[in-house]
Amino acid sequence: MTSHLLLMVLFAFFVSLVFAVLLADEPAAQARLGAKLFGGFLLGGLLLGWLMYPFPL
Amino acid sequence: MREAAAAGDRSASWLLTCLAAWALPGAGHLMARRWAKGVVFLVVLPAMFLTGLLLGGRLFPFTVAEPLVGLAAVADLGIGLIYFLAGPFGLGSGRVVAVTYEYGNAFLIVAGLLNALVVLDAYDIAVGRK
Repeated sequence: MTSHLLLMVLFAFFVSLVFAVLLADEPAAQARLGAKLFGGFLLGGLLLGWLMYPFPL
Repeated sequence: MREAAAAGDRSASWLLTCLAAWALPGAGHLMARRWAKGVVFLVVLPAMFLTGLLLGGRLFPFTVAEPLVGLAAVADLGIGLIYFLAGPFGLGSGRVVAVTYEYGNAFLIVAGLLNALVVLDAYDIAVGRK
């Protein structure tokens, strides 16, 4: 798999899952926190990518 | 004397828990009977580490001359005994020319660092803070 986006999604999934299970105890709270973290990772990654877009290598 | 013995038991207990948690991700939580958390860490962290290896990531050498490489090596080792299984399977030498090389490095390093957090959580449970 060489898609940057899919690899970023996979990374975000792993990290969000571990943090959600670490920081919350009830399954519902873990799911909510995990979803927020996952969304934040993806949005943040996409935002930073676009912010860096105008700059040369 | 009984209090000293109990204190000794507790310190041996948290130390054993932390060692187990480092050696096998999730083992510390399983020892503390946090079954769901333990199973999640047992599955997810090795999966993340394996993903990093399959993406062509490198298990960095322990070198003082290059501090960032040495730090990456310490982070890689955070995953536990699974670290030592990579070599016999021909993984971890790093394929620099692979498109996914740096992603692999990120997966490997972060898997180790996340297990360090898991060890700290297992410690908190073992000493009764959680």
